[in-house]
Amino acid sequence: MNLSTTAIEVTGIARSYGDQPVLRDLDLTVPTGTVYALLGPNGAGKTTLVRILSTLLAPDAGTALVAGHDVAREPDGVRRSIGVTGQFSAIDELLTGRENLRLMADLAHLPRSEAAARVDELLAGFDLTDAADRRAATYSGGMKRRLDLAMTLVSRPRLIFLDEPTTGLDPRSRRDLWQIVRELLADGVTIFLTTQYLEEADQLADTVGVLVDGRLVAEGTPAELKAQAGHSTLDDVFLALTEQPTDAKESF
Amino acid sequence: MSTMTYAVHDSATLFRRNLRHLVRYPSLTITIIAMPVVFLLLFTYVFGGTLGAGLPGGATSADPRADYLHYLTPAILVMTVVAVAQSTAILVAKDATEGIIDRFKTLPIARSAPLNAHVLAAMAQTVFALVVVLAVALVLGYRSDTSVVGWAGAVGILLLMGFAVTWLCVALGLVSGSVEAASNAPMPLILLPFLSSAFVPTDSMPAGLAWVAQHQPFTPIIETLRACLDGTAPGSDAWWAIGWCVLISVVCCAWAVRLFGCPRAV
Repeated sequence: MNLSTTAIEVTGIARSYGDQPVLRDLDLTVPTGTVYALLGPNGAGKTTLVRILSTLLAPDAGTALVAGHDVAREPDGVRRSIGVTGQFSAIDELLTGRENLRLMADLAHLPRSEAAARVDELLAGFDLTDAADRRAATYSGGMKRRLDLAMTLVSRPRLIFLDEPTTGLDPRSRRDLWQIVRELLADGVTIFLTTQYLEEADQLADTVGVLVDGRLVAEGTPAELKAQAGHSTLDDVFLALTEQPTDAKESF
Repeated sequence: MSTMTYAVHDSATLFRRNLRHLVRYPSLTITIIAMPVVFLLLFTYVFGGTLGAGLPGGATSADPRADYLHYLTPAILVMTVVAVAQSTAILVAKDATEGIIDRFKTLPIARSAPLNAHVLAAMAQTVFALVVVLAVALVLGYRSDTSVVGWAGAVGILLLMGFAVTWLCVALGLVSGSVEAASNAPMPLILLPFLSSAFVPTDSMPAGLAWVAQHQPFTPIIETLRACLDGTAPGSDAWWAIGWCVLISVVCCAWAVRLFGCPRAV
């Protein structure tokens, strides 16, 4: 694997909860500086894969290299390279926006002067300057999500996981978030995102992987997937693909 | 910076976060302090006259209620420490069920830092609560004429016990899986002092119960504290008290760190 060109290399990853398999023998590669969108219905295993790749969960089988580090053997190497914004907001609501960002800057061991500058820069960049000194509990859903993402970016990670970043957001907040993702991409950051929104994958992704029942049932550029399945929208591709495994199961 | 320096730095950073929580959520601390204060008032004014008369030498005492306040106060200080620790279980469970702990776990920080921060904040809260409760006891008429060494011993045993039960409650908070379960898990810690020498001397209990009371950790801890505050020698009770606290600290710290390392099944 070439470190400079491959951000994520997943080989044969499997994971079960009890006797319920969630991921089955998954292979997946994400080139550096691209957006990979993992698309799938609820319960497909998207969050489980993000938790494995971000060192929160150990796989039962298989290996995963993230930013050149093995998630099982060098978790701290992985942690130094990544930023994670989970499905549920991971902000401290009793702290203000500024204090949340400062907490992350201190945990990233930024020097004092640099930390204050970085916090101000992110508050401005995420349109939170006016609300900076209010407790995060008073923020709207969109503001919480922006603060959450800003906290992830404090340490300038080169690889970012976004687990359903726009679930529950209104259309304007969603568009704002997409704009932020595009800016990150322009800076050469690699982004691995999960979503149930086909439009989101269509808008942002270089590569889309469709995950159904813990298996990658299709992978390609949005255009390739549409052409391959003979559908004009990714919605139709998604519906067609997610129906297949049900038939497959019946033929076992 | 070395790994050790990072561990201290990260723990201090997160300790500041926990302290802010305590300052911004004062009703929690007020509720915690209310419990031992109510017990102090209840046991002094409602039960104190009768219980004081039952203490050794109490039958001929001029003021059995004052005698009982003197007997009771060390026990109430121990209850205060337990009450703070119990709330820590809730705070730890709350943190663990919210996204922020997962965020901390994906950072290249010392693994134990979030737990160290909870324990440090609990210790700060313990000191504050002890000062308030002791002040109330003094207002009610409690007096100690012990030496500086006696006070140092009293503070020492209270903090050592606080450290032990806080680590126990951190582990209980992690293992419980929800805030509701975490608020019930430390219940035995509230009940155990009743089965000790906290409120009545153990030799007034039936033989079997007295044996249990004499051999559980709270009795030597409370007797050591009483001896320190009375300016007498605690004898072997001190070694039992210290031994129990060190044992509980070591076991529960290891347990908590291990639980914290385990990913939650989501």
